[in-house]
Amino acid sequence: MMTVIAAHGLRKEFTVRVKVGWLRRDRRTVAAVDGVDLAIERGEMVGYIGPNGAGKSTTLKMLTGVLTPTAGQISVCGFSPVRQRTRLARRIGVVFGQRSQLWWDLPLRESFDLLRHIYRVPPAEHAVRLRRCRSLLDLDEFLDTPVRQLSLGQRMRGELTAALLHGPEVLFLDEPTIGLDVVSKQAVRGFLAELGATGDVTLMLTTHDLADIEKLCRRLLVIDHGRVVHDGTIEALHARYGSRRRVVVELESPEAPPEVPGATLTVVSPLRFEYDLTGATAGELLVRLAGLPIRDVSIVEPDIEDVVARLYTGVPVTDAP
Amino acid sequence: MGAGFRRYSTYRQATIAGAFTNTVFGFLRCYVLLAVVAGAGTATVGGYDAARLATFVWFGQGLLAVVLLWGWTELADRIRTGDVVADLLRPVDPVTRYLATDLGRAGHAAVTRLVPPVLTGPLFFPFYVPHRWTTVPLFVVSVVLATVLCFGCRYLVNATGYWLLDIRGPMILWALVSGVLGGLYFPLRFLPDALVVPLWVLTPLPSLFQTPLDIMVEIDSTPRQLWLVALQAAWVALVLVLCRVVQRRAERRLVVQGG
Repeated sequence: MMTVIAAHGLRKEFTVRVKVGWLRRDRRTVAAVDGVDLAIERGEMVGYIGPNGAGKSTTLKMLTGVLTPTAGQISVCGFSPVRQRTRLARRIGVVFGQRSQLWWDLPLRESFDLLRHIYRVPPAEHAVRLRRCRSLLDLDEFLDTPVRQLSLGQRMRGELTAALLHGPEVLFLDEPTIGLDVVSKQAVRGFLAELGATGDVTLMLTTHDLADIEKLCRRLLVIDHGRVVHDGTIEALHARYGSRRRVVVELESPEAPPEVPGATLTVVSPLRFEYDLTGATAGELLVRLAGLPIRDVSIVEPDIEDVVARLYTGVPVTDAP
Repeated sequence: MGAGFRRYSTYRQATIAGAFTNTVFGFLRCYVLLAVVAGAGTATVGGYDAARLATFVWFGQGLLAVVLLWGWTELADRIRTGDVVADLLRPVDPVTRYLATDLGRAGHAAVTRLVPPVLTGPLFFPFYVPHRWTTVPLFVVSVVLATVLCFGCRYLVNATGYWLLDIRGPMILWALVSGVLGGLYFPLRFLPDALVVPLWVLTPLPSLFQTPLDIMVEIDSTPRQLWLVALQAAWVALVLVLCRVVQRRAERRLVVQGG
């Protein structure tokens, strides 16, 4: 495996001026990113999540060479992003969900053609990639519409295409599904999943929509207050924060639920109770419930949103696992 | 460059309205300046006779949109909204890319905005036709240099946005100074030599507008025309280097607005 994105001790400070009294203003230094270490291998799909203001976008801007870090080292595709920004730009693709990289006044088709010139992509290669994006992202119906007239979902599909036409090795996506409807979200996710399946493109994705992460990313990086608080799989996150599968049981007639070792019982009503599985399997539990007049049983998988909400609202965790 | 041409050609009505406005103002300025010559009681003022003055006005009206003294705030707007990020993610230096786009824009303006006033003027006023064959090619070179120079100056004014965010102050100052001292409102040679020569040599302003127009109406001899174009070229080099330096410094302290 080859490390494509590496960062060590990455830090970015901003100066904030605070009004003190009538005329005086104090300068205060705020660390948006505070000692982030990263190592992402070629072909990995990594979700980078955190609450608003945690430092996600700032990290991405430093990795792409737009912002100069206050401290730390970065290497992306073997380049130093700030010093070699224009050379790195040929090797990476970037989509900022809240900003457009397309030409406001031009139709998508012409924007793509311009990008071919800017990135000096051979016409044949460009045509192949564009054809693939057109079919996977359904671009044809709005290819001749000026960008300013596109809906958000259409524009985002255009942005994704624009980021991929030069065949980047690394794709940075900053909230690519923000504000999109369900159908557009599915289109974008499906496209990214297909892209990831090829194993050629390394993908780093920030999002607030955890379904994006669940569908696309094996690895999850959680950042809070500028520091990485979790780096691992979604399962590891569940294990760490004590997420449990839950068995919900509904009865035909009232009956006392049995205590089962390895499962915590919560009685919701005389006809409905729940078990949190703390050690027992769902099968073991059902065997123990066999004598009850059961009307319905459902197994609820742990919800990543709950885990992340607990992570965001809790006291900042300072030790990464 | 093609992008710039294509982008500006999207707005056809604006182009027609602009050319019409330039032509209307051409009449106003022409009558005022011809009245100045008539009022002076001499055949020429500052080396301009009536035909040269009318030509100065009508070419100036056309050149205004090509050189584009004012009205360009694209970079500043993108700094303010944070969209400048997209410019920094391209594999081309921002100064180079904006310059190429601006040359495309100027090419479009040369066809659509320079031609109408230049064709209208001779129908109503005396016109000066160049006598020397070198004048027209020199004029073309001078217009290209003036466009690049003006782009550089506009870029620097816009780049103050990296520090100030709101560039209305620098923009108003630029509009005022470039108009008066660039030679838009009146030919700079109306001013005393003691003022004009330092202005020409020590500031880029006359090179933006006055130089190409003076070349067109052959106020000076050919060697002096060449010298003025060389001066323009020197200013172009200096201002573009300055743009690169300012852009580099700005990138080092850049804060992307809006997260």
